[in-house]
Amino acid sequence: MVVRRRPQRGHRFTESPVLQLALQGWRSRTVGLLLMAAFLALVARGFYLQVINNDFLQQKGDSRYLRDIQISASRGKIVDRNGDMLAVSTPMQTIWAIPADARTMSGEQKRRLAGLLDMKVRDLDGKIASEKTFAFVKRQVSPETADRIATLKFPGVHQEREYRRFYPTGDMTAHIVGFTGVDDKGLEGVELAFQNSLLGRPGSRTVIRDRRGAIVEDVGATKPPRDGKDVRLALDSKIQYLAFSQLKAAVEANKAKAGGAIVVDARTGEILALANWPTYNPNNREHLSGAQLRNRAITDTFEPGSVMKPFTAALALEKGKVRFDTVINCAPGRITIGSATISDAHQHGALTVAEVIQKSSNVGTTKIALGFAPKEMWDMFDSLGFGQAPNLGFPGEVNGRLRPWKNWRPIEQATMSYGHGIAVSLVQLARAYTVFAHDGELMPLSLTKIEDTPPHGARIFSPQTMRELRIMLEMAVQPEGTAPKARVAGYRVGGKTGTAYKIEGGVYARKYIGSFVGIAPISDPRLVVAVMIDEPSGGAHYGGDVAGPAFSQIVGGALRTLGVPPDAPIQVADAGAGKGKL
Amino acid sequence: MLRLNMILLMIVVIGALGVVTSQHRARKLFQALETEQERARQLDVEYGQLQLEMSTWANHPRIEKIARERLHMVTPSSAVPKGAP
Repeated sequence: MVVRRRPQRGHRFTESPVLQLALQGWRSRTVGLLLMAAFLALVARGFYLQVINNDFLQQKGDSRYLRDIQISASRGKIVDRNGDMLAVSTPMQTIWAIPADARTMSGEQKRRLAGLLDMKVRDLDGKIASEKTFAFVKRQVSPETADRIATLKFPGVHQEREYRRFYPTGDMTAHIVGFTGVDDKGLEGVELAFQNSLLGRPGSRTVIRDRRGAIVEDVGATKPPRDGKDVRLALDSKIQYLAFSQLKAAVEANKAKAGGAIVVDARTGEILALANWPTYNPNNREHLSGAQLRNRAITDTFEPGSVMKPFTAALALEKGKVRFDTVINCAPGRITIGSATISDAHQHGALTVAEVIQKSSNVGTTKIALGFAPKEMWDMFDSLGFGQAPNLGFPGEVNGRLRPWKNWRPIEQATMSYGHGIAVSLVQLARAYTVFAHDGELMPLSLTKIEDTPPHGARIFSPQTMRELRIMLEMAVQPEGTAPKARVAGYRVGGKTGTAYKIEGGVYARKYIGSFVGIAPISDPRLVVAVMIDEPSGGAHYGGDVAGPAFSQIVGGALRTLGVPPDAPIQVADAGAGKGKL
Repeated sequence: MLRLNMILLMIVVIGALGVVTSQHRARKLFQALETEQERARQLDVEYGQLQLEMSTWANHPRIEKIARERLHMVTPSSAVPKGAP
């Protein structure tokens, strides 16, 4: 290896041949091989780590700086037709702890934390005594309190955002809006009916965090959160308030068990108000009873009584069996069919068809109804939507009861003509009355606001028949009719009273349901309002006395709210007050 | 040859420094964006809370109570007072 450049006589010391290394070639080769083997081992190890064992190591590495972050999505709001809030989610903090760390808190810190959370130190100790790695300390803490807790930096105490549902209108809209349970699951009302569109879908993103926990970079695909869609109801919160407060007043004044009221826009079929009493506060649902939760207007059926008479009269006019002024002998206020006797509450003599409706004569209606084939009557009830769920998409809608016509006996046909032997819900009644308001078209009802052109209803009666029926309905609220208390100052209204016995255990009990269903204003109907009072026991029990005044208040207020111009002739105070027109 | 190598080395170093600075700036900007987005979320939350507060103050029972009790307002009757044209 050492090259001799100059073979000369004299040698420099370092070039002395004695010092020449005479290494054998295998030694250097051995070293070379060893080094090579070491390098190969390194390469193999590298290959193992980088390629074969890569997944495991990558995962270990990721877990040190990559974080999956959940991006929470909020549940959609429920608003009324004008955008007023009916249900809204707002974030609250959940305080949770890693018990092992939290136990290092000093007594003073524990006292402060417990004080801020409004709980006892003993309870706090109980929560962090667990051996688990996670414990809820308190859920749904207000953001202000949570901020204070965050600044005090208690060891092992952490926070997480959660949503809580608030219902600003409270008991007033409880039945229609409903409520949610844990995890944003709709349990009742619109919250349940529109669960799918209200529910938000949380998103997620993967990020790199630095040592201080700050997000440094997004990696991979971000899944954006999708907030729930807002639901805009047809409800008008002003009219709802009116209906609710008047219904409550009527139930209390008549010492009744319960009540329901519905206001429907006759032009579009939108439900402007739906109120029930008793009700509950959806923001605080401890101690709830079934009676409070019941949405009577939609889920309860009752025998409607005389509010059904106008349909019988309409069918008779439509089929040409009678005319508006055909005289029917209602004396002596009784009629016997088979073994049963039908009687009137007050005796009447000869009445025209219009007066039969005005004075609500059972005998007169029976005589009209016995002229029909059972199928004709069944077809009419069926096409008005009785016996079928109203298709609102609302949970718990009921069909009511309309027996098949094939096995009707004459007495049943007679009682059905004045609303017994048939069971309907208040919402079905309100819908059926849209035919009077809408010139014979039955409007489909809508819970949500109709933004574009309202749908067309199915035609049941001719406009001419409906004009005559409206006159009859208006006559019923005149002083000679059954419901003078349903009149409204400034507007012409019409409607029909119903006073029905309740069935208890299959027999009629001496308990009543008083109802009133009406339309207003008569000259160009805009509203259908149905009011039902269950078991009035304050002396009066006739529909005109118990439900009529509530109807009057609701209709008057609602028409003013909607800006409908008065259509009644101007009255002068004092002069003829209380005496109407017509 | 040597000079070319030196120039290439310089370019590599400059490029490397450039990568580092731009990465740093990108992270700074990203953090600023994060902060702003967080602020937007906060404002959104606050908006929701204010809406909630507004609807609590503006609820109809409260308005009616104030109108009737404090302002002594009454619903007008539709009858025209005597003597009006």
